Amino acid sequence: MQFFLEVLIGGLLSGVMYSLVALGFVLIYKASGVFNFAQGAMVYFAALSFVGILGLGVPFGLAVLLAFGAMVVLGVATERFVLRKLVNQPPISLFMATIGLAFFLEGLGPFLWGNETREVKLGIADEPIAILLERYNLSVSQFDLMAALVCGVLVAALALFFQHTRIGRALRAVADDHQAALSVGIPLQTIWMIVWAVAGFVALVAGLLWGARNGVSASLVLVVLKALPVLILGGFTSVPGAIVGGLIVGSTEKLAEVYLGHYVGGGIEGWFPYVLALLFLLVRPEGLFGEKHIDRV
Amino acid sequence: MLPTRKCLAAMAGFLLGTCAVLPAQADSANEQFISVLSFRVGPYGPAGTGIFGGFLDYLSYVDLKDGGVGGVKLTWEECETEYQAAKGVECYERLKTKSPSHGTMIHPVSTPISYALLEKTLADKVPLVMTGYGRTDAVDGRYFPWAFPLVTTYPMQSTAIVSFIAQKEKRDLKGKKIAYVYLDSAYGKENIRYLQAEAKTFGFELSLHPIAPPGNEQGAQWQEVRQSRADWVILWGFGVMNPTAMKAAAKVGFPRDHMIGSWWAGSEEDTVPAGDAAKGYLAATMTMPGKSALSNDVEKVVYGAGKGNLPDKTRIASVNHNRGLVIGLITVEAIRTAQKKFGKRPVTGEEVRWALEHLDIGEARLKELGAAGLMPAVKTSCLDHEGSGKIKIQQWDGTRWTLVSDWIEGNRALVHPLLEESAAAYAKEKGITPRDCSKES
Repeated sequence: MQFFLEVLIGGLLSGVMYSLVALGFVLIYKASGVFNFAQGAMVYFAALSFVGILGLGVPFGLAVLLAFGAMVVLGVATERFVLRKLVNQPPISLFMATIGLAFFLEGLGPFLWGNETREVKLGIADEPIAILLERYNLSVSQFDLMAALVCGVLVAALALFFQHTRIGRALRAVADDHQAALSVGIPLQTIWMIVWAVAGFVALVAGLLWGARNGVSASLVLVVLKALPVLILGGFTSVPGAIVGGLIVGSTEKLAEVYLGHYVGGGIEGWFPYVLALLFLLVRPEGLFGEKHIDRV
Repeated sequence: MLPTRKCLAAMAGFLLGTCAVLPAQADSANEQFISVLSFRVGPYGPAGTGIFGGFLDYLSYVDLKDGGVGGVKLTWEECETEYQAAKGVECYERLKTKSPSHGTMIHPVSTPISYALLEKTLADKVPLVMTGYGRTDAVDGRYFPWAFPLVTTYPMQSTAIVSFIAQKEKRDLKGKKIAYVYLDSAYGKENIRYLQAEAKTFGFELSLHPIAPPGNEQGAQWQEVRQSRADWVILWGFGVMNPTAMKAAAKVGFPRDHMIGSWWAGSEEDTVPAGDAAKGYLAATMTMPGKSALSNDVEKVVYGAGKGNLPDKTRIASVNHNRGLVIGLITVEAIRTAQKKFGKRPVTGEEVRWALEHLDIGEARLKELGAAGLMPAVKTSCLDHEGSGKIKIQQWDGTRWTLVSDWIEGNRALVHPLLEESAAAYAKEKGITPRDCSKES
């Protein structure tokens, strides 16, 4: 039972880390109806900018601010040079543009900051919490708990932002129909700039936490592989859905790896979440919290 | 805001970076052209920049110091593979047309690319050199005349690691538990049969823990390792899997000084990102960490002339840079050996193949080259395309690698018959008639 609990808790905490990446996708999708292929590259670029700035001798807090500034600049530039010409174009055009953006960022980051693998120190030890280990023989990392807390705060802030602010409502209107939103006076360009900047901030937080766990290298781009099943499960348009999806994916993949993996040769946590997500699609195509799409014919 | 001009410059830089082309020259009357299949971008780029930096530094060193090999200038062209088999094949095909020797020899520095090129290089008569990686049963030159898994192979390396563990356990492994944490790919899976055979022979308990690629999530496997109360962990990782494994080991409280990685898991690029979690971690190596007479001379001659390949000079003599120097040294020694037999002129792929089968880089020769202790002595033959099978164990102290063992040879008596069995099965499948090595000169 102790081992089951340990695996379950570890899985739930890993799931929170997946949610953090999935959140970036949700934000862009909510505001533009576009799946942002560049989200992984944004996570990498944000983390690389942070360690690059830190490497120049800038204090930690200022480096975070400057890296956030870089992500805001990136958001504004994306709207100005990539998206502006694509208003009212089919979503596939916007999607293709984000593919180009991903390759550009994967090259720009190492060009500006070098491609060495680097460490991120956040001052939180990624070690078991002593009291849980001694009293209950449970190995739970304090770093993972802190990451869960950060993610919780982010989700709460974003949920409030979307539900209770004018900009949040405008974002939802833009996602429904660009042209209709423009016709009622919603400044589409400003909205897109804001949402890309917020997605950049989420990418920075995800990049710092994943970078502290695995190091900052081009492999950070691959963390999106963990976010995709989360999106399918939670729904592409729901912030709480990203969290619930992450928790389901994280816990089930770990339990499956430990209890089912041996029957099929192990190493199943790479594909198991995708199988789970596919099965889920059969029952609930819009995801747990996704909006049902109804077309008038 | 980032100026538009800078964005354009960055984009141009990226495009140039991905092409990564060095001076391209085909073989002329007195030049030996070498195809270089490199990976400097993508997830494995940080390791690639060190390895190919060392390789090209050595070629430049020979040109600058000796005016080439036997008066024949070395030239090369680099092509970016991003460690992908498809791109590796494309690069090979493109570069082979650049010289009559079809690129002299190919170092794919990638097991997937090695497999993809195995039959192509055979057809084109270009030696395929895999220094410490690639198709391991190619050690038997009767079945694989054109493939050379030089210095060491994965099974020899893993059995040498078991031998090191046995030394630490006072030669008694009975009842001990060894966990094998491996990348769930051909690279990781290949060792299983050898480790299982070792477990049977020495009486230790082996548990298997596959990690789904790329290995950026390993929580469940390390909880299993903790649950199994393993005494030692053998880590067969690559890229992001390695620092993640060290962090995950720290997270469950597994001691890093009982965790031994393969040579693909034993460079600064693997340990630095793991920070304090890497302290005490052990790894196998076939090239020595730190400065040598050779690396000092390369720094003086090549970097002194402003022709060094590494933009950051602090990476000179890093583990990956040293690996690159060894790849360069083997390349040059093979060309030199071929010239001794066939004359001081640009040599053909066939002549280099003969030389690779008659390599004799002993301790005395390594000393002459300033590379004493940098790599094990290598002596190849028609029957033995590996030529050594030895590794050392190094330990990370938080800032640098230091050696903690002498040369350890893998379990040749166990490994080589199994490799021969595998090679014979391959030959049967492909209808290959084995060469008679006793008739080879």
